Parts: sequence; structure tokens; C-alpha cells
Amino acid sequence: MHPLLTKETGKKFLLLGNEAIVRGALEAGVAFATTYPGTPASEIGDAFFRIARESDLYFEYSTNEKVALETAAGAAASGVRTICSMKHVGLNVAADPLMTLAYIGVRGGMVIVTADDPSMFSSQNEQDNRFYARLSSLPMLEPASCQEAKEMAREAFEISEALELPVILRTTTRLNHCRGIVTIGPLKPPENKGAFEKIPSRFVTVPATARVRHRVLLDQEEKARDMAVKSPFNTLTGEGPWGIAASGIAFNYVADAIKDLGIEDKVRVLKLGFTYPFPDVLAEEFIRSAEKILVVEELEPFLEENLKVTAHTNSLSTPISGKGPGLFSRLYEYNPGMVREVIARFFGVDYTRPESIDIKEDGQQVQLPIRPPNLCAGCPHRATYLAVKTALKETQTEAIFPTDIGCYTLGILPPLECADFLICMGSSVTSAAGISKATGKKVIAFIGDSTFFHSGITGLINAVHNKHNFILIILDNGTTAMTGHQPHPGVEVAPQEWDKPSISIEAVVRACGVENVAVVNPLNLAKTRKAVKEALGSIAFQSSYQRPFVPFMKGVFLAKKRNASLKSGLNATLIALNALIHLHALRFIKIRIPMAQQP
Amino acid sequence: MDKYRIYLTGVGGQGTLLATVVLAESAIYAGYNVVASEVHGMAQRGGVVESTVMIGDIKSSIISDGEADVLLGFEPLETYRAIRKCSAGSVVVSNTVPVIPYGVAIGKGSYPDVDKLLDFIGSKVKRLITIDAQVLAQQAGAVLSANMAMLGALAKSGALPVPKEAFEETIRTKTKASFVETNLRAFELGLASQ
Ligand code: SF4
Repeated sequence: MHPLLTKETGKKFLLLGNEAIVRGALEAGVAFATTYPGTPASEIGDAFFRIARESDLYFEYSTNEKVALETAAGAAASGVRTICSMKHVGLNVAADPLMTLAYIGVRGGMVIVTADDPSMFSSQNEQDNRFYARLSSLPMLEPASCQEAKEMAREAFEISEALELPVILRTTTRLNHCRGIVTIGPLKPPENKGAFEKIPSRFVTVPATARVRHRVLLDQEEKARDMAVKSPFNTLTGEGPWGIAASGIAFNYVADAIKDLGIEDKVRVLKLGFTYPFPDVLAEEFIRSAEKILVVEELEPFLEENLKVTAHTNSLSTPISGKGPGLFSRLYEYNPGMVREVIARFFGVDYTRPESIDIKEDGQQVQLPIRPPNLCAGCPHRATYLAVKTALKETQTEAIFPTDIGCYTLGILPPLECADFLICMGSSVTSAAGISKATGKKVIAFIGDSTFFHSGITGLINAVHNKHNFILIILDNGTTAMTGHQPHPGVEVAPQEWDKPSISIEAVVRACGVENVAVVNPLNLAKTRKAVKEALGSIAFQSSYQRPFVPFMKGVFLAKKRNASLKSGLNATLIALNALIHLHALRFIKIRIPMAQQP
Repeated sequence: MDKYRIYLTGVGGQGTLLATVVLAESAIYAGYNVVASEVHGMAQRGGVVESTVMIGDIKSSIISDGEADVLLGFEPLETYRAIRKCSAGSVVVSNTVPVIPYGVAIGKGSYPDVDKLLDFIGSKVKRLITIDAQVLAQQAGAVLSANMAMLGALAKSGALPVPKEAFEETIRTKTKASFVETNLRAFELGLASQ
């Protein structure tokens, strides 16, 4: 049995933040879960994936976050409790459905987990997704601990059904990947049979409906504000002239700092967990009771601005500070020492920071070699990059390399240095079109298989249709390697009992209208190099045709006749198959670390 | 002291995250409150893996510079790199066996002298304990158990209020069944190493 399905109510377990969210959803009887994997949210989907095999819960790895959210929205409209998890930038992909889903709302409870990544441990930006709550008018919860993550995930379903709105559960990396003690509550069996009631005046957002539904949304938002004011997740504790407001992980640093500085009898703390709609009545009470207020929140001044608006609305002149010189930054994640120091400075408390050891004091002045993350030794992506570099060298060609998101992004590192442009999932294909058009230079774009399914296909169709001219190399390892080997629609190495059909990337590429397609095994350097050269147009395209040797993708080489009159400008697509190495994809079905019961 | 902050650092593949969980679970077994934190993702591709365990009345799950009571370094260069987390009062337990960074392996830069790195650390902190975790793990039967030898050395140091029995029980119940015997042997060898 999956450890998160434990029936030991009242027992305490050490859970990862992401596991706590899953358990909370299971205690709410969640019946339908979707995701697209992305750090720091991946373990949520991975746990549901395994749980779905031994319960009535439906789970899928969707092709991207928009698909995941829309799929979940359909189930929620049919009255089933759903959860859809993704990393912060995933919600950008799903922003389109999110905004209008807020208008039509849901019937079964729906929780959208967005995992932000302050400091960008594994992301391309550190956007603050709390603004999505404001943008969409949807309620938002922000847990500070693993226990709270479980409580909030469960409660979010109740709030969602009471308001008939999806609820956003917003976390940050430090919550997702922290481990804490969680008390287990009773499980609720999933009710997975829904019924769809046809109400076009609600669910079909033609303008006339949308106008009505926007009004409904704003009404619900005010009800949600009342709930936030009364929510047990929003608390006002302690007595004293100073005020500190905090939410999320930053609350922990505040709580510890107050003890460390010995100012327990001087501070009143507004801890916010139900952070949108902003609980103005509670905030007003807090502002009235404080001489001055410090707001501690990572990234943007979201609560700070709300507090200032509340103060202004109530004609209160209490100084409220948060971001600014000498205070907190809008950059990167915080840490306990930094929060302690700012609190001490702001309220004028004596404090000297502990002296840390500085290697600059080491007279030997050793030059430390760096240890960046790297492609695994023997990773076939290395071979692909090497083949490309040699082909370019041998043909004395220079190229620009738009790349994409996955292990292969590490091709940026020397000695490969095959990455010149990257903004988001799928941007390799599309930016390649722009760069090649604007510069007239050779452009070779790299994209992984999972990323290709996620958001490469529309860009490829665009490129063919608009006659763009570049080479696209699809690095196909049959899995989603970087986030933990989750399967995707083109999965080659399937976990046990996997009964889903696999979609051929090659067939998709051809169907998009690309005529010159070569499928090569990158570990065969000579053939890969030759294919790159052919794609560069320096030698004639191979005319031999061999069927792929399927089981291990060993020595695959497949090239179709060069079509003299190229219909599309796209010169070629190479698909580099890395299935051989990725037999370790099978490992993703393993349970990471056994969880056992505490005394 | 009623609060303990332990910083763990190593290289992807060294089992630091399993050690983190075993340490956290052992402290819970011994009756303490625990929070831990780890960074996943890119760090797992042979990069540096850092994690923390807090024992006692602490809510924060990460450690600021100068605030680690114990630094458990699974690789000497990484112990050295993480030394900013320590103060003069810290206890450091470090493995002495280097994992050569990829850059060095392909001729970019050189790996510093391990003794010199450790001498500097030893001169700055309250106590430095060094063990050759791989050798001990090999003696125990599997080099993969080096992380358990590290925990053995940590348990022996007495820097934490977690008794060795708590570690042994956790290793028995929380590590893979087929590895329990080897893990326990590696732990005992680490325990006997000082
Ligand atoms: S996990 Fe696979 S794709 Fe990623 S670096 Fe390792 S071998 Fe390459």
C-alpha cells in the first residue's frame, strides 16, 4: 500500500511538503488529479500516479499545464473533486483557462497547486504567483508548514465547493521540499463518478454569459473575503506595540526571530494563510493595535500593499514597511538570520549577528573548482551536441542555438556550449524562426521529447507554414528525465502495467509537414554527424531507408529521400533517440523514501 | 542547548538525502521536534546537494551563515565550501574522500589539497572529526553505505542529543530491506572510527 494511503488516523509522520499536500487532498476525497511535472511540484503528481494504481482516484500526466487544468476543469464541472498541480511558470501556460474558469466556476471542489521558486533553484524566473489570485479573483491559501499544507489542501476543497470556485494553493520551494511532522486525519474515499448538468448559461462563455458570470465572480469574491476574515488560517497573536505581518515560509523565520531576539512581549503577529481575498477587517484590527508594522513576505510586496490600502481606506497613519533599502528585498528567498536582522534593525533591538567562518581568512587562498550540475556521464545528449559541433566545424559553419527546458539545457556548459537562447517551454522552435528570419544565419534548435509534446508542436506547424528555415533537433529519450522520469505521450520505456498508446514523434513531425526527417542514434557519432551535415545542406540527404530496430533503439538510422522541391523552408528535423540510456526510466515507479509511523 | 541546526552537504549520488531523512527520523524517534529541508532538481545532476535538519523548538527549515551547530560534509571540498554556515562553536564531521568535479576531470582547474582544506577547518571550529567513509563502507560491504558511516561518526561525536539506538532503529525501519545489514555495519564502523 502506498504510505500516503495510511488509515492510521492521529498518527504522526515525517512528510515532505508535497506529500502533505497529497495527503490533505486524499483526506478531502479527491478523485481526479492532473499535472505536468515541474520542480518543485513534481512529487505531488508522482505520488498521485502511484496512488491511482491502488485506489479509485484518476490521475494523469497531461501534456502541459493548460491541458492539465482544462481536463481537471471538465471533471470539476461534472461534480468531481479535482486537483491540478504545477510549478509557477506552468500557471502561465494554464493562465488562459484559469481566467475564464474563474467565471464559470466549478461544481466539484477544485484545488490548483502552484509552486513558486524564489531564488530560482530550478526555474527560469521567480515570478510571484500570488498575483494570479488577484488577477483571477480566486481564493488563495499559502501554507507555512507541512502540517498546514495538509490542512489547507483538505480545507481548500471545502472552500472551493462552498464558493463554487477553484482555490489556489500557493507554495514555495522551501515548503514543497521541507519535511515536517504531520498528524494524519481520516481518509475520505474518492467519489469519482460525476454527472454533467447542461447549463449553457453558465458553462458556455459567450459574451452574454461572461458578463453575467463576471458579476457572479465578484459576488463570490466578497463571500470569500468574509471567509478569509474568519479563517483559522489567519491569526492575530501576541500582545505589544509592534506589529509584524507574515505569510508562507517567511512566517517561520519571524516566529523564530521573535524568540531569538526575546521580544515575545513586544510584538503582535498577523499570520496570514488565507491571503486572497485580503482579510481587510482582520488587517484593520491589526493595524489599529500597532505603533509600526513590518511586513515579512518573500518576493513582491503583495500583503504590504494590501495592508497599506486597508490603512488608507480606514484613514490610519500607522507606518507600514516591508520592501525597501535596509529592509527586505524583492529578490530571492529569505533566510532566518536575515529576517532576524531586519526585525532587530526595524524595531531598534540590540542584535549582533553570529560570526561565520570566511574562507577568505584561509591564508592558502585555494582556488575552489566549481561543481555545477552536469549531464550524466555517458548521457547521449552529450553525443548529440558533440556530433553537431563536429559537423559545424567540418563544414566551417557557424550556428545559433536556441534551446529548451530539460536536462539538455545543461548543454550550455563548456565544452559543449550549445545554448544561446531560452525563455520558456517550447521557445526553441519558435525563437529559432525569429532568429533565422532576422539574421539569415544558420540556426539549430534543440528541444526534448516531453517539451516537444508540451509546447513544441504548434511552433513547428507555424515554422513549416510560414516557411522558416532552421534545423530542429528533438532529443528523444522516451521520458521526462529532469523532473524524475515521468512518462509522456511518446513514452518509449513504460512502467509496468502501462496501457496507454505511445504517440510517435516522427509521425507527428511528418504530419506537421516536415519532409526531411532523420532519426538517428546519437551514440552512433558518424551517422549523427552525417545527418547534421545533410540537414545543413552541405551533402545530399541520405536516400537509404531502414526500419528502426525497435526494442532497444540500437543503431537506428532512418532517413527519407530528399525532396528536391522543398515545400517548407524548414530544412530538417533530427530526432535523437536516447532510449538506450533511459532504460533507467523504469525507476520512476519506485517510492522515493519509505515513510514509517512515528511513536 | 535545546536547538540544533545541522547542515548536510555533498555531491549528487552520495546519499545525503537519505542520510537527511534517517537523521530526521532518528531525532523524532528520540522524542524531538524536527523540520528538514532539501533542494531537488538541477542539484541532482552531479551538482552540490545541500540539506538541513533542525532538532528542537525551531520552525525555520533553513540555516543562515554562521548558524549551523553541526556541519556534516560528505565530500571534503564541499565541507570547505559550506564552512560559512559554521561559527567558532560548530562541530564539523567530514568525509576525507574527494569526488572530483567534472570540470577538474576534463582539465579545468585542480582539486585542492584535502589536508590543507581540513587543517583550515580544524583551526576555525570547535571540533573537526574526519572519517574515510568510503573505506568504512567498503568494509561494511557496499560503498553506497558511506552515508551511514557518516551518520555513525556523527552519532559518536555526541554533538546531538540523539542516541545511537535511535539511529540503529531508524536504519532498520527506514532504509531498504536489502541494505539494512550493510547500512548497520557501516553505521557501527563510523561509530567506532574515532
Ligand atoms: S537523466 Fe538522462 S537525459 Fe538527463 S542528463 Fe542523465 S542521461 Fe542525460
